[in-house]
Amino acid sequence: MAGKQLLLMDGIHKRFGPLIVSAGVTLDVEENEIHALLGENGAGKTVLMSILCGVLSPNEGQIVFKGRPLKLGSPREAIKHRIGMVHQHFMLVPNLTVAENYVLGQGSPFSMIRDMRAVHARILELSDRYGLDVEPDALVSSLSVGEQQRVEILKVLYHGIELLILDEPTAVLTPQETDRLLHLLRQLVADGKTVIFISHKLDEVMRVSDRVSVMRDAKVVRTVKTSETNARELARMMVGRDVLMDLPRAPLEPGRVVLSVEHLSCDSEAGLPALRDVSFEVRANEIVGIAGVSGNGQSELALALTGLLPVASGNVTLDGTQLAGLSSYEINQVPMAHIPEDRHRMGIVLPLPLTENVILQRFDKPPFSSRGLLDLNEITKQTRDLMRRFKVKASGPGDRIRNLSGGNQQKLVVGRELDRRFDFLLINQLTRGIDIGATELVMHKILEQRGAGKAILLISTELEELFTLSDRILVMYEGRLVGEIPPDRSRLEEIGLLMAGKSPLSAA
Amino acid sequence: MEDVASLSFLAATIAASWRLAAPLIFASIGEVFSERAGVLNIGLEGVMLAGAFAGFAAAFTSGSILLGVAAAITAGVLVGLLFAFFTITIKADQIVVGAAINLLGLGLTAFLFRAYFSSAGKGIEIAKPVDLPWLSDLPFFGEAFFRQNAFVYSTLPVAALAVFVLYRTSFGLTLRAVGEHPKAVDVSGRSVALYRYGAVLICSALAALGGAFLTLAHSNQFVEGISSGRGFIALAVVVFARWSPIGAFIVSLLFGVFYALQLQLQAQPVLFLPYQLFQALPYVMTIAALILVRNRVDTPSMLGVAYKKS
Repeated sequence: MAGKQLLLMDGIHKRFGPLIVSAGVTLDVEENEIHALLGENGAGKTVLMSILCGVLSPNEGQIVFKGRPLKLGSPREAIKHRIGMVHQHFMLVPNLTVAENYVLGQGSPFSMIRDMRAVHARILELSDRYGLDVEPDALVSSLSVGEQQRVEILKVLYHGIELLILDEPTAVLTPQETDRLLHLLRQLVADGKTVIFISHKLDEVMRVSDRVSVMRDAKVVRTVKTSETNARELARMMVGRDVLMDLPRAPLEPGRVVLSVEHLSCDSEAGLPALRDVSFEVRANEIVGIAGVSGNGQSELALALTGLLPVASGNVTLDGTQLAGLSSYEINQVPMAHIPEDRHRMGIVLPLPLTENVILQRFDKPPFSSRGLLDLNEITKQTRDLMRRFKVKASGPGDRIRNLSGGNQQKLVVGRELDRRFDFLLINQLTRGIDIGATELVMHKILEQRGAGKAILLISTELEELFTLSDRILVMYEGRLVGEIPPDRSRLEEIGLLMAGKSPLSAA
Repeated sequence: MEDVASLSFLAATIAASWRLAAPLIFASIGEVFSERAGVLNIGLEGVMLAGAFAGFAAAFTSGSILLGVAAAITAGVLVGLLFAFFTITIKADQIVVGAAINLLGLGLTAFLFRAYFSSAGKGIEIAKPVDLPWLSDLPFFGEAFFRQNAFVYSTLPVAALAVFVLYRTSFGLTLRAVGEHPKAVDVSGRSVALYRYGAVLICSALAALGGAFLTLAHSNQFVEGISSGRGFIALAVVVFARWSPIGAFIVSLLFGVFYALQLQLQAQPVLFLPYQLFQALPYVMTIAALILVRNRVDTPSMLGVAYKKS
């Protein structure tokens, strides 16, 4: 590799009020390399890159780009210096076409939109060169997530970017799409571009990068050549200690059927068909995983099971009780626990203290309340107990849950749900946005419940999580269950094909 | 009954429909701009009143309708700036600020009118119909379409210009993006706040023009609350029109028909119904439209949401 320094970010500090999100970060990137930025959620990767592309400005520190100090006041200036970012949440306007998205923000605001043909021609040329299959006239809202990402990458290339930053690009992709993306990155570097690749997935970093900078606690702890390290060492740098990569899962014979779903169909909140004829069973002592690219009906499945989305047709029975048609309040009374997808929206109430978050569903029942009054002592006692058992770090039970890290919030949610009386546990995204320490703990707790005879449905977009926990994996695509695969890592490719809506048999 | 069905009745109704739709056309096209940029300006009614009063005051003092129009637009822009400052810069709740603007518009115009003009007693000379050579003499069509005042004629170029700006300029493209995905606009290097200010000011200027129509081209006097809910009806028009300027023009015309029918039917002694029933027609239709039209697809996704960086 070239070895000539392209970028140096030196002593970057960034604070949001009392929160330090960048504590003197130093990062150097060489010309023509794929530089991976590895770290857990909240380690400060995205903030650092937002500074680099002018979205945020640092409180202290300097950026040297191509040997000259770089002062960025806006993303526009970054683009002028040919630095561009593909954001994790796409910066594409859904009601505009691909080409319109590309010209957005270009030229004088008072200019007319004239020659879209030239724009189209350039899009097609770039699309051909990198094999991206981007259609300039397509409405962004009509594209799949994978396609939108290609559109987003091409947008950056369209703007003539030389330093390309990708923020967690593989989070929304199937394994095959990921392969294709990593191949594309190699192609870009061969074309003389430089890539910064943000990820928390060790295997991808090992596969594609030339060098790795590992971030922890808002700092870059080390930069190493990829060829001189390995996944285990990187994981240790990321967490600051040894990590258990595999959890022991005792072989258990599945017991009686606890949850049975038959021919379930329902529409999404927008009124479009979301679930189509879904049937499966979850037995005691069993964890059933549901895999799929996000947006293929998994959210709706969780909502339908909890009564938050009306069931159009089909049956859901839990221990013989029909759930379809019941209200969410009624479903709250059946032996079911639910760890929701988006804890901020559905799991907790951010401005409330831990105590009130613990009693959210049960505040009106003993032991938390009697004769219409809350028993504050009992609530505090139980909250303390839960914090101890689930290692929730907070200044006290009266602390607002907003002040906790994502991992601690999730531990509280998991603890609260596991303390309920339940036979069936519904989990949607167990470890999203939490650190490795919290991930280890909640995974252990879930496996304990499996051993205790509970039936567990685990919906996840993280295949690693599914492989680690599930007894069998069902794959969802466009609202249907399209296949069942044992949790065997060697069958990753089959799962990937199913997730993309292809049959593994026909592809073989 | 023959009279109700006659051709001249029809021509008069069409002419009145367009005329009565004019304030709605201005206000609703303005609101399309604002809402497309993600700002729900429910203060339309207040802005219209400000325009109606400022237009009247300037025209009364100077005797010039053109100065009246200029004053109305200036007043609209000032009230718009107030609204924009609170909702965009301070990021206050748009509904609350909009409601405050409505109260302010109603209270302030009533106060100023009583303080300075109530004793004046006489009105102003309103904009006269402009006859177009040849066209105005056409049978039926002449009366229906070509004997209007300049305000009414100008609704056509305003609608055309709105379509051009929204769909054919870089400004319009960015404005539409601001209401859907403001962050995308931010990272593309444009200021979301600036575009929202622009959209709100266009909205207020047009709404004030709609208000000015009421005092400069419709009634020759300012009356407290003269807009009588037209600002709110314009909000409904925008929903009904699916956030399209052409749609806003057409739906406003439809409401204009209700206004016109209301007036014409009141004047028909053959129909023995209380006139209040006809007066309620535009409002009843507004409620019906809002109940019947449900679409989430066309609603700008960030409508009513303040934009905060990261």
